[in-house]
Amino acid sequence: MKPFRERTRGGATAVYRHPLAVRATHWVNALCLLVLLLSGLQILNAHPALYWGETSRFDRPLAAIEAAPQPDGKLRGRLLVGDAVFDTTGVLGASMSGSEQLQARAFPSWLTLPAYPDLGAGRRWHFAFAWVLVINGLLYALFAAATGRLSGLLWPSPAELRHVGRALWDHLRLRFAHGDDARGYNVLQKLAYSTVVFGLLPLMLATGLVMSPAVYARLPLLGDLLGGRQSARTLHFLAASGLVAFVAVHLAMVLAAGPINEIRSMVTGWFVVRREKKTP
Amino acid sequence: MSERTPISTRRGLLGAALGATGAGLAGCDRLATSPAVNERLSAAEGLTFHVQRLLLGRQALAREYPASAISPDFRANGTVNPDNEDYQRHVTTGFKDWRLEIGGLVERPLLLSLDDLRQAPARTQITRHDCVEGWSCIGKWRGARLGPLLDRAGVKPQARYVAFFCADTLELTLDGTGDYYETIDLADAHHPQTLLAYEMNDAPLPVAHGAPVRLRLERQLGYKMAKYVMRIELIDSFANFGRGKGGYWEDRGYQWYAGI
Repeated sequence: MKPFRERTRGGATAVYRHPLAVRATHWVNALCLLVLLLSGLQILNAHPALYWGETSRFDRPLAAIEAAPQPDGKLRGRLLVGDAVFDTTGVLGASMSGSEQLQARAFPSWLTLPAYPDLGAGRRWHFAFAWVLVINGLLYALFAAATGRLSGLLWPSPAELRHVGRALWDHLRLRFAHGDDARGYNVLQKLAYSTVVFGLLPLMLATGLVMSPAVYARLPLLGDLLGGRQSARTLHFLAASGLVAFVAVHLAMVLAAGPINEIRSMVTGWFVVRREKKTP
Repeated sequence: MSERTPISTRRGLLGAALGATGAGLAGCDRLATSPAVNERLSAAEGLTFHVQRLLLGRQALAREYPASAISPDFRANGTVNPDNEDYQRHVTTGFKDWRLEIGGLVERPLLLSLDDLRQAPARTQITRHDCVEGWSCIGKWRGARLGPLLDRAGVKPQARYVAFFCADTLELTLDGTGDYYETIDLADAHHPQTLLAYEMNDAPLPVAHGAPVRLRLERQLGYKMAKYVMRIELIDSFANFGRGKGGYWEDRGYQWYAGI
């Protein structure tokens, strides 16, 4: 991997950190993940229960969201995880969802696409943007393979992995690398990005494919590998939750590390690593 | 055999991506209800259909399971007891006078009793039923293979789809567009696991699951597998049935191709 191009302008030294292909695929990816998450929750709302294995044992889900009418006629929303029950009225199970009173809905309207209940439309959005995500991912993979980006930039070295504890401690205290140390990704970034690129996104794709009965007929071994169709559906949800957690930390880090420089670098490509102190 | 599908191709997929920019948070229902946006989203359905047919092959068999895998609590969905006088009369007489018509674009229309169906080339299979809602159950099915029945009737060359008309009405409408119906293409109709099932788990098909016969179309979702089948018609287009999308649920926004 070649070192980043560098320029100094107006006292600021910047490196060309994100080439156009990476910036474009990053934003398309961001849009896809948002649409896929919201339409995915629309689909999950049609049967908000998760199981393990090939089939659904309706009497013993791993987790479920339900609306429970109370004796006084009011709705309560409940989240069941194993034997634990949580009252989630207002968000999960029963929410206002744009109306005057509580509606029986697993995920509220502000978390689904479309906002109103429509399984067919949710599936349409989901499968269309799954294609966009896959094509976008292929373009990124081609670019990364051609430039050696994955091994050079994303994959942490053994030396870096030995110091992961130290890096984590620095991050928790919001002590980020500055100046020339911030030219590349640190080991935590590498681990997080590698987990998404090599772990979560491929897992989303594989579990999504296994849920298709036509694909399952052709690739039953992939179904077995993922524990069966209902397990694949559960893993699909868990991997999506992992992606949501990644995005939450990612956005928090952008804010903490200097949102203007970070966002600008993903728009223009240029990341400022050093500013000369103005002499009085 | 040349074959066209009712869905347009990948044109507009990128347009869907662009059109959805800013869809972001829900509440953008104006976008979600826009016909232009939905048309572009549906273009991806054509892409899915063609890629699956190309990569997965037409004849791949759905997995079959051992008897121990049969679900003890197979859920019945949609209509579970058609509210229809003719149908209820058939239930009380054990479908003795019930006849299945196979007509439309065929050389020799057939009128089959339940016994005729039982004597037709049959298949028994233990397969998984995947509902569009997300759940799955495994059941054992025995039924007449649809392919040989169609061969007996002699499908005319212009026929492209098989339509199933059912006894259940899911939505009361004045023009009958609330009656359940489904359409499949000839490739799926001739698949070895495509059955007119008259037995479930070694017993006559229960009313809740579509007595006297339901379609088994393994490799697609449950809503394609019409229950309470009363009449089968070979057609060249489904534009003039129901609201023209090829099925009760398709008319209400579901995908015609339900392999995903």
